[in-house]
Amino acid sequence: MIGNFFIDVCRKDIPLSFFVLILLLFDLNVNAAVNDVAIQSEQLPKKLSEFGFFKDPVKQIPVQNVIPYELISPLFSDYARKKRFVYVPIGKKAVHRTDAVYQFPIGTALIKTFYYLDDERNKESKSQLLETRVLLRKENGWDAASYAWDKETRDAELKIAGKTINSSWVNKEGELMNVRYRVPNKNQCQECHESNNKIIPIGPKTRNLNKKVFYSDLNGELNQLQYWISKGIIDSHSDSLERVVAWNDINKNIEKRARSYLAINCGHCHSPTGNGASSGLYLNFTEDRPKQLGVLKKPVAAGRGSGNKLYSIVPGKPEDSILLYRMRSTDPGIMMPESGRVLNHNEGIDLIANWIKSLN
Amino acid sequence: MFNKFNILCLLFYSHVLHAEIYNIGPGLNSQEQLQELMILARPGDTIQLKEGVYELSDGLSLTQNEVSVKGAGMHKTVLDFSEQMSGAQGLLVTSNNVVLKDFAIINTKGDALKVIGADGIYMVNLRTEWTNGPDTSNGAYGLYPVQSKNVYIDGCVAIGASDAGIYVGQSENIIVRNNIAQYNVAGIEIENSYYADVFDNEVSLNTGGILVFDLPDLPQQGGHNIRVFRNQSSNNNTDNFAPKGNIVATVPRGTGILVLANSTVEIFDNEIHDNGSINLGIVSYFEETDDPDYYPHPRSIYIHNNNFSNSGYNPDVAANEMAKTLASLAKEDMPDIFWDGILPLNQMVFGQPEEERIVLGDNGDASFLAIKPIQFLLPFLNPVNRNYIEYQTGSRSLDEVKFKVPMERFN
Repeated sequence: MIGNFFIDVCRKDIPLSFFVLILLLFDLNVNAAVNDVAIQSEQLPKKLSEFGFFKDPVKQIPVQNVIPYELISPLFSDYARKKRFVYVPIGKKAVHRTDAVYQFPIGTALIKTFYYLDDERNKESKSQLLETRVLLRKENGWDAASYAWDKETRDAELKIAGKTINSSWVNKEGELMNVRYRVPNKNQCQECHESNNKIIPIGPKTRNLNKKVFYSDLNGELNQLQYWISKGIIDSHSDSLERVVAWNDINKNIEKRARSYLAINCGHCHSPTGNGASSGLYLNFTEDRPKQLGVLKKPVAAGRGSGNKLYSIVPGKPEDSILLYRMRSTDPGIMMPESGRVLNHNEGIDLIANWIKSLN
Repeated sequence: MFNKFNILCLLFYSHVLHAEIYNIGPGLNSQEQLQELMILARPGDTIQLKEGVYELSDGLSLTQNEVSVKGAGMHKTVLDFSEQMSGAQGLLVTSNNVVLKDFAIINTKGDALKVIGADGIYMVNLRTEWTNGPDTSNGAYGLYPVQSKNVYIDGCVAIGASDAGIYVGQSENIIVRNNIAQYNVAGIEIENSYYADVFDNEVSLNTGGILVFDLPDLPQQGGHNIRVFRNQSSNNNTDNFAPKGNIVATVPRGTGILVLANSTVEIFDNEIHDNGSINLGIVSYFEETDDPDYYPHPRSIYIHNNNFSNSGYNPDVAANEMAKTLASLAKEDMPDIFWDGILPLNQMVFGQPEEERIVLGDNGDASFLAIKPIQFLLPFLNPVNRNYIEYQTGSRSLDEVKFKVPMERFN
């Protein structure tokens, strides 16, 4: 379109054509960056590359303004590794909110790529890109979708109905792990990201982000919220807000670790506004009523998920606790979370078992 | 005039033309095709499932409003989840004004059909079944709308659920009619819900036929205004096969209708017979709870014009505490209607407020037994009250549940 316009202008007006040429060059420059139109358009692009998030998609090197970030305590997804990125349109900012995700402006994209290392014992081993999930802040709210990677095309393709990827990798202990990895369908994205019937992001809350991260452009560490401020995508954050701890940080208090783990793995559904609200079991980080947290709470509609046990959590008795029973299962009729994993998270199970044992 | 009519017709048809009808048949790619349609469908669209068995490996879900999913009949279009590998239910609906009609969901690993937070869900002529018969390893619920409004369940068949065949939880404005529920632990269960009409159902061969329950520690409680009428609840003598921990695991084998801790329930014109423990029980919540907002006793239960026969001939004394207590108190003379008599302490001493009492209307020659809890706790006193007339104190009818049901979409 712009090309035609340029030819038109050339025919009519030579000086103006120089001006347009400069504009076009500028436009090319913008083209090397993120495609704002693709983020906000009603129709989702068929290919991930259309967004222009990555300079090198296979190595997951983002373009400028697509900023990598980490969560203090991430969700378990069948031992997949993840790279997270946030893109906020130039000149706009996200607003800090206490105990909620940042209020991101229209045009924001949250990007998360899932991958396995062929061999977890060797950091230099090849990565298998599985999928890249995007949350796009459009005019009328967030939209969610996933793109599955294709080795041949070095691009990822929109999979609104999801996809099954049979994959394998070698874990830290040297065992070969096989997984029927599920790329979620569009509705499943919504099921976890739904709160009060709206799609919202889960991770990017101050309490999940407030930590130091290594930045290659700084050649050193910086608190990632400070970094976000320096990049102009947020104005402020609350340093005093209680933050989660890394679930696997053995130097931290076990209660905090367990609550951090449950918050990110369960709390989006098991909260008063999530899809698991009807259970009355709330595992979000700020819940402080013991019964709602599961302590001597009877199940409501667990069915065989109860495993013939009477309570979600029996203090001191992990073996009698439904919560742990459901974490230990891979049977779709029993397991929790309901989607997003097909393997057990053995380290997470150990943590929750030890935490329940420590309760009295 | 004729012109005007034509224009109206055109307007109508142009509206209809916008609504797509997607036809789909069973095949190797059923899973992906069906799920994709359920994502792409826009309000007004219909997904038409042709006759056949659809072998599905993962749970399906629908999040779009005003979509209809229709099959060729509950025995012709079968969504078969026998080989399910993921998904806590067969089909999950989280949107409003959805019509589901004329198909079956069988052998899911968890629940068959779950509906969360819908305003307007219409389930017509569906079948949910675990085909291996009653089994603890069956999924919990057949039809399972929760936290929903305007719930309509008509002409469905629910078989083999290890909890309830038809379960409506924490919902409001509910019609459950013309359904058949068999070989479930609970045939039909209305739990923590407001304004339900449960009528013209055939509920037999379950552990318990129809349950009207209210439970503590939930976002919505204080269940009230439930009418249970013109149902047949009979031969519900299947051993309880619910996994422990679930409230229905405490229901005695041989229960016709059981009301637990609900307020304002009207039970009338039912045929209730051949239930081995009790035809109709009215009980308090019997577990400990410290929920300050929860009222654990039934209030204002009105029972009239039912036809009772053959109650308690084989009570579940070996497996169930309630049945055991009842049998030991009733001796050989088991009642049709049983009330556990448990009230807050002050009411046990000073009596119940008039408007909260159980009211018995004419129920033919039905027999009645209530426990007198204080006498029950003391020695040498008769803890049983069989005085039916004491509870014949008038009538207390509830209003019909009404909401708009889009019958025009059922064709």
